[in-house]
Amino acid sequence: MLGSFDFDVIRRSLPYLFYEGMTFTLTLTALAALGGLIFGTAIALMRLSGYKTLGRIAGLYVDFMRSLPLVLVIFWFYFLVPYIGQWLTGASRPISVGAFASSLITFIMFEAAYFSEIMRAGIQSISRGQPAAASALGLSYAQTMRYVVLPQAFRNMLPVLLTQTIVLFQDTSLVYVLSIPDFLGAASKVAQRDGRLVEMYLFAAVVYFTISCIASFGVRRLQSRIAIIR
Amino acid sequence: MNYHWNWGIFFEPNPMGTGTYLDMLLSGLVLTIKTALLAWVIALIFGSIVGVMRTLPSRGAYWFGFCWVEFFRNMPLLVQLFLWFFVLPELLPKAAGLWLKQLPNAPFWTAAIGVGLFMSARVAVQLQAGISSLPRGQKMAATALGLTTVQGYRYVLLPMAFRIILPPLTSEFLNTIKNTAVAITIGLIELTGQARSMQEFSFQVFEAFTAATILYLLVNAVVVTAMRFLERYVAIPGYITGK
Amino acid sequence: MKHFRYIGLALAATFAVSQAGAQELTGTLKNIKDTGAITLGFRDSSIPFSYLDDNQKPVGFAMDICYKIVDAVKKELKLDKLEVKLNPVTSATRIPLMANGTIDLECGSTTNNAERQKQVSFTNTHFLTASRYVFKKSSGIKSIDDLKGKTVVSTAGTTNIKQLTEANVAKGLGANIIPAKDHAEAFLMVETDRAVAFVMDDILLASLVAGSKSPDDYAISKDAFSKPEPYGIMLRKDDAPFKKVVDAATAALYTSGEGEKIYAKWFTAKIPPKGLNLNTPISSELKNEFAKPTDSPNPDDYK
Repeated sequence: MLGSFDFDVIRRSLPYLFYEGMTFTLTLTALAALGGLIFGTAIALMRLSGYKTLGRIAGLYVDFMRSLPLVLVIFWFYFLVPYIGQWLTGASRPISVGAFASSLITFIMFEAAYFSEIMRAGIQSISRGQPAAASALGLSYAQTMRYVVLPQAFRNMLPVLLTQTIVLFQDTSLVYVLSIPDFLGAASKVAQRDGRLVEMYLFAAVVYFTISCIASFGVRRLQSRIAIIR
Repeated sequence: MNYHWNWGIFFEPNPMGTGTYLDMLLSGLVLTIKTALLAWVIALIFGSIVGVMRTLPSRGAYWFGFCWVEFFRNMPLLVQLFLWFFVLPELLPKAAGLWLKQLPNAPFWTAAIGVGLFMSARVAVQLQAGISSLPRGQKMAATALGLTTVQGYRYVLLPMAFRIILPPLTSEFLNTIKNTAVAITIGLIELTGQARSMQEFSFQVFEAFTAATILYLLVNAVVVTAMRFLERYVAIPGYITGK
Repeated sequence: MKHFRYIGLALAATFAVSQAGAQELTGTLKNIKDTGAITLGFRDSSIPFSYLDDNQKPVGFAMDICYKIVDAVKKELKLDKLEVKLNPVTSATRIPLMANGTIDLECGSTTNNAERQKQVSFTNTHFLTASRYVFKKSSGIKSIDDLKGKTVVSTAGTTNIKQLTEANVAKGLGANIIPAKDHAEAFLMVETDRAVAFVMDDILLASLVAGSKSPDDYAISKDAFSKPEPYGIMLRKDDAPFKKVVDAATAALYTSGEGEKIYAKWFTAKIPPKGLNLNTPISSELKNEFAKPTDSPNPDDYK
């Protein structure tokens, strides 16, 4: 009950929670968002390229990833990535991949499927007349993409991409299942060691809530500022 | 890959005495579906109420809806489950907390309610978008016909809005199924949980996860197909989805 | 598996892991020499074998043994510097992570049994413990049969949860078994009355009880689910050269009397983080084993 609420346990564990836990969470979020964006763009372009097989492969990948629970994917990759590394490099034994690298790969592969769908929708939201007009002006495909389609598509999808990044930020908490000390993992370690579940989980909830709220408020502001007036 | 494959493992008896390892996974699948369905019912009920509140002229209703959505959307699902499972019983009076903790199948109820409330925020946002996408004239026509607000929603706005948002609702339902896997952290042994137990008992990691993956893909395919039929059945003539 | 290769290529691009020239030599030793690093798997809450201290740094009896092994490996390979990487593991992840090369040694409280030896290897035994359960004295539980129809927790991926599951079937208990991620979490389930009992190795139960808020509330069962079983540091299977080095290092440690000193440090003196003393002097069986180290998985070999 709140009478026995121990603020001291939170105060004492703050350095660990933020220097280690939150640093892990934020680094993982940032790098996975970046990687997911790059890989997701590649998938989206494959799907829109007009090459049937390429589009099919990309489509299969997206459907596959989007059918699976993230928890299952996290387990899969943590156990499988070293074997993939071995197979790729032709090494005689599985390659050791640390907890961070493994989680990063997992989230990049997983989020790329979601990012690519957002990008595809963004690109498809541009009316057909625009690329047609661009090619009538004599622009090449690359130029059309670079100067006409992508700048507008990007403005359309930026808020959605950022919202998805907030979801990603929340989803990184699932590495808890591997006992990796991300922010929630760190909080739970302290919670379990000191038997202070109530304090630590409430505190974790408040921190996640505050960060996500501020971020989504920012996204909404941005959205209203950059929206294309039609 | 120096991994010892054994695909026959699925037909070997599991240590729970409940048949083979395959039976174990299938019982996990059943639990996944049960949890997801209950969660989805909860999500639809609360999501609809909150979604409607967000479109009402009353400021109080709007703010309640706003807070509901922000609360459930801005916290990781895992943290929400921890709050319901570990924190809530400790904040209640002792007897009530104890009753809650010793409920049979506590992980199941917590998971269904936790995932359901988490998803209700998403359903609410979709429904709000669906209602706002209707032409203003519909609401006005309902009022002009002498319908009360409740009747207007019941007979005019909601039947349209729900049919329009059926495709996004399908993917939210799929998300609900996937999200039940998070409940392994509170001891719910659903499909992912059973795959993990199978890995621990039999040491056949990749066979167990492959089987779970295939089962998830199958569930997905079934839901997508069923929803496609439903979409066609309830399509609104004249709308793009109604072609 | 076409897009599998695609995944692979992307991975390779992201993490250009160079392993050129690794064809002829195999094994963990070769890998340690190439990378100049060894990875130890540690546990969150296997007190006092492997757990996090107040600075969230893994410490414990098994960790100390592992650092001795690391010294021996360093000497064997004539390395000036050997970086020690630490990777958290749980009961459920330790065996796959050992198999897939994420960790080289698992320093914790892993029961060495014949079944696991099909997947991994163990070096000389460092502890003997039986599977029992902890419960609140107020719950009125007297024997295993009293667990009938109750909620019982154990840690996922342990021999204990397997023994519990089997006993549940054999005795027709109909207990509701909940798997927890780690020992501390499982114990909290009993502390907060979510489960009536936690089935685990008795030494781990004793240290969890000793470290709890009110140790007097708990009792550990007399009846056990198993004979005292050996704990071993886990290593990869089919890696004879590495096992030889590790076995030699642990044998030297245990027979020299230094093993007993480290034992005393963790079991009969104050340990971090709370300055607890477990007061568990070395058993005669373990003393015999330290005199004649063995990696046998058979409990009967330790009499």
